[in-house]
Parts: sequence; structure tokens; C-alpha cells
Amino acid sequence: MLQLDPVIWFFVLGVVAGAARADLRLPAAIYEFVSTVLLLAIGLKGGVELARDTGGLPLAELGGILLLGFLLPLPAFAVARHLGRLDRADAASLGAHYGSVSVGTFAVVVSYLGMRGTGFEARAPVWVVLLEVPAILSGIVLAKGFSANVAWRHLMRELFLGRSIVLLLGGLAIGWLAGPEGTVSIKPLFFDLFKGILALFLLEMGLIAAAQLPTLRRHGLFIVAFGVAMPLLFAVAGAALGRLLGLSPGGTTVLATLAASASYIAAPAAIRTAVPEANPALSLTASLAVTFPFNIIVGIPLYERLATALVG
Amino acid sequence: MEQFPRRLLTIVTEAVLERELVAELEALGVRGYTITDARGRGSRGRRSSDWAQEGNIRVEIVCEPSLAERVAARLRERYYDHYAMILFLQDVSVLRPEKF
Repeated sequence: MLQLDPVIWFFVLGVVAGAARADLRLPAAIYEFVSTVLLLAIGLKGGVELARDTGGLPLAELGGILLLGFLLPLPAFAVARHLGRLDRADAASLGAHYGSVSVGTFAVVVSYLGMRGTGFEARAPVWVVLLEVPAILSGIVLAKGFSANVAWRHLMRELFLGRSIVLLLGGLAIGWLAGPEGTVSIKPLFFDLFKGILALFLLEMGLIAAAQLPTLRRHGLFIVAFGVAMPLLFAVAGAALGRLLGLSPGGTTVLATLAASASYIAAPAAIRTAVPEANPALSLTASLAVTFPFNIIVGIPLYERLATALVG
Repeated sequence: MEQFPRRLLTIVTEAVLERELVAELEALGVRGYTITDARGRGSRGRRSSDWAQEGNIRVEIVCEPSLAERVAARLRERYYDHYAMILFLQDVSVLRPEKF
């Protein structure tokens, strides 16, 4: 049996408790707090590592990862449109969600690699930032074309000033400026408690995923098949890019996982306002109730094997 | 004690619309509003308030009847098709008419 990171059990607990309608919920403010700490911790950790070695971000990597973000929605859109027979707006919305990334999944792969003692590129949090927005833009263009109906300026502002981007980049900057010595004083909260905070976050994610189960039953088999097939396909694309860019096996695992992950925060909010005719429950359910659990439980160990086979 | 008639417009809608809605209201000339988190059940199913993606808000506006009508008409035209939104109007009395 694959070695399961203990934090995953908190997700399972959340799903079981939610499905059984147990009297369990974290207040909204706690969820916000927990996700804020996670985002900052991921950023800080990356920043500290960047301060240690001055690798920088190669231009090819920047371009390659941005391009991946823009392109991933296309196959997802095509599959949803032709195999799933969904209308244009719903297919484009799925494309945006699946092309964009999930920071929760990133936190789990970081924790997983940490547990296995596998190193990866310190700049990995930058990849999250690079991958979050392009797919959402592609998705909106797939739905609307380059339409004047979309309030692009307002949308860009919302996207680039979204919580995850601000906190990840902010954490990176602080970690980089303060360096390994400077961050000693904040280490107990952000680094030592990382796994505990991640466990609480996953508990809440489990509860939220369980709340999607009725919708899942309504939309049925296609969403489940789509939610499992897309991450597998995209992980191969991510791992191939990792090999092309000469990343380490750990870094390739992270990039494959990011490509496989689907957004459930940035994309739903942006698509809801930019493509209102898309059914929000469809994409959110696929992303949260199918792809997120699949990735953190089954996907990540698979992507690690894939990465090792390709790069190792 | 003298009382002055006004209209109370209550909107219940998706939390994701909050910013856009506020901008819209201010552009229409609404000077004050109150927003609270809300949860409940409607034609679009049960909606919880514990997660921003799914939450609802309730917006209350007390204003001149003509403005309330304008706001209601505009919101109906712009949001009713694709968003979970209800709104209703009530007569209310206020003590300080210059505020509303």
C-alpha cells in the first residue's frame, strides 16, 4: 500500500463527517485564517530557500509554465464539449477550472515530498502564481471570444489581486528579504505548525467536498470520469514540461501535480462574474468532490512515480 | 414624533456578487446600505454561508421610493437570468429623512 500522509486522514474525516451530516463545521473566519497561514507559509518557505541559493527563474521556465497555463483549458474544453456534450459556457468553465491550479493540492504535494525527504526547486511557489491566472483567461475567451462584454480591466484587477497571489508573492518576498536567520522568530507558527494547519484546512475541505455530493449524484458519471481523466492527462503534460525544463524529480512531481490540480477558489469566483451563464455547481463539484480528493489520495504518489520514471 | 415614509429594498443574492453589486448601487445613487451574510434555501438549493464560494448575502437599502424602483429594475435586468437573486420592497418609516 502507498504510504499515506497523515494529513490526508483529516480530509477523509471531513468527507465522512460531512456525508453523515455530523454536527461539524469550522467557522468561515477559521477557514480564512487557516488558508491565509498556509499561503504565507508556502511563500515564506520558498522565499527563504531562494535567499539561500540564488538560482533565479530561468526565462524558458517562466515562458513554458505560462504557456502550459494558457493551453491546458483547450483539451479540457474539447473533451467537455464533444464527449460530455456540454454547452459552450459550461465546457469553457471546466476548462478554466482544470487549467488553473489548487493551492491546497500544492500544499499536500509539498507535505508529501517533505515526508519522503525528496527535495524540489525552491521557486516552486512561483509556478503556482504563474499557473493560476492564464487558464482562467483562456476559459473566458473560450466562452466569450475577445468580447467587449467582459469587463477585462476589472477582471484583471480581481485576478491579480486575488488572495492567493498576494499572499504567496508577499510570503516569498518576506522570506527572501528576511532570509533563513531573519525568519527564525516566525518559524514556530509558519513552519513548525505547517502540518497541523494543513490538517485543519483539509478537514474543512473534506466537509466542503461532502457538501458537493448531492450535485455530484445529479451530474453523474461524466463528471466523475472527467474529474479523474483530466488530472491524469494533465499530469503527463506537466511532467513532460518538467523534463523539458530540466527540473529535478521532486520539481517535476510538483509541476505534474500542479498541472493535474483544478482550481476551486480563483476560477469559480472569476468565471461566476465573467461567464454567468455557466453552471457554477458543475465545475466546482468536479474540481472539489472528484479531482481534489483523487489528486491528494491517489494522484500525487502516481505523479511522483511518473516524474521519477521520466527524470530520475 | 414625526415619521417619514421610505422604501426598504432587500436583496438576497450570491456573495460572489458583492463587490460588483456595491459598485452598481453606488453608481445608481444609493447612499447607504447594510450587508449581512446569509444562508437559507431557495429555488437554487440550499446555500450555506460558511464558505465564500457558496455563501449568500442580504443587502438592505432604505431610500426614496423612486430610487428603490430604479435599483430593483436595474438588478432584475442585469442579474435575474444567471444569478441566484431575490429582492423585495417594503414600506418603512424613518425619523431622519435627510439620511435616506
